[in-house]
Amino acid sequence: MHRSKISRAWVFAAGMLLGLFPVGGPLLGQDTPLISGGAGFITSTNGGNTTYIPVISPVLAAPLGSHILVESRATILDSYFPRGNGQTGYKSSSFVGLSYLQMDYLANRHLTVVAGDFLTPFGTYNERLTPIWISNFESAPLIFSLGTMNTGSSVGGMLRGSAFATSKVSLDYAGYFSAASTNEQFNAQRSAGGRASLYFPQTRLEIGTSYGRLLEGEHQNFAGVHLWWEPADSLVKFRSEFARGAHSQGYWMESEFHLTRSPSANAFARGLQPVVRWQQTFRRSPDARDGLPSADTNAADFALDYHFPHDVRINTSYSRQLSSTGNRNVWATGIVYRFLFPTWRGK
Amino acid sequence: MRMPAQSLRFRIIMAVAIGLLTTLPAVSARQEASKDKNSAANHNEAAKNSSSEQSDGEKKFKQNCSRCHEAPEGFTPSISGTVLRHMRVRASLSKQDEQDILRFLNPR
Repeated sequence: MHRSKISRAWVFAAGMLLGLFPVGGPLLGQDTPLISGGAGFITSTNGGNTTYIPVISPVLAAPLGSHILVESRATILDSYFPRGNGQTGYKSSSFVGLSYLQMDYLANRHLTVVAGDFLTPFGTYNERLTPIWISNFESAPLIFSLGTMNTGSSVGGMLRGSAFATSKVSLDYAGYFSAASTNEQFNAQRSAGGRASLYFPQTRLEIGTSYGRLLEGEHQNFAGVHLWWEPADSLVKFRSEFARGAHSQGYWMESEFHLTRSPSANAFARGLQPVVRWQQTFRRSPDARDGLPSADTNAADFALDYHFPHDVRINTSYSRQLSSTGNRNVWATGIVYRFLFPTWRGK
Repeated sequence: MRMPAQSLRFRIIMAVAIGLLTTLPAVSARQEASKDKNSAANHNEAAKNSSSEQSDGEKKFKQNCSRCHEAPEGFTPSISGTVLRHMRVRASLSKQDEQDILRFLNPR
């Protein structure tokens, strides 16, 4: 156990060192490698049992020359949870894991080639909303595992970029192939897929579709659509996703109120951010591996987040899940600090 | 399979709530736009022209980066290029958008 922790730490350290010592010649002042991420303390209460989770999630981004970027995100956490079975006190478990460790080659204005361990481009949540300093809820949507092949990460190659972009509309795409990997830090299933999105910047409307095919075991197909609408002068952002697999399907819709955007709100109110998320999952046939609930489930999530100065935010949320296998309530709170600084003093 | 009455009621309430929430962006946008119109009348015309380049980059920052997260409170210009390269990959920014946002983050 101890040796395993040390080896995991070495993997992350090697990734960090790759970026800290550039090999592509002298960097421009504005291209200094950076360390960003979030550090937080999260609590989650489910059925009267509370789990305490101190977590840090650092991100490294290091340009090499003018066309390459090495980037990585890790998650390091400890969970303290009740012993259960009538015993008092808490026990803990540690987790150190890489969310991604990838090298991006910016080939031209329309194409970026990605190699390594990267977030699977299916839907929007996995790539955009999983960082702890971005997500509004401590829990991912119920359909998260559909199309992201359970692990959320792929090991292989990806082509992505902006196919075209005008002031009125842009089309971006991502296509990938992943090999199977059982490595503890680079766990992935053999799969292929991609995503394409149309974005209308003037109305800030995005609509996209995703496809994924699992190329091992049952060879399942996954399909999804997403719609985001975030009008420029509105206090409200709306996001939604639908995903369908061979044995189940579901969707989530989220509305987020941004009082920070209101010129008439006072200083206190500008920090407030209420969020509502509605989810449904539908089970068509049993599959213990697709990650969705074993029975049809409805869930309503309510969050009240507060943005403090200096990139500190507090998240509080209440979730009510209704299912024929039993209803449950989940309360969660968290405080997260977002950090961003250069690895050394630039020019 | 029949839904229990309590569950059905819950779903109806939530469907109405979500329906309201999805229409709120449009309603809210209209109200905020009219507020902006009033306040814009008080702005100095010269100030508008001098900051057009920055506001173009700012607009693109809001159209792309702010869709997922708020801007960090501040960071040194020495990492602005790295931030933008990361965002170019993550958000599939076009080259033009990347350059405009970079100019916005590094005003002359």
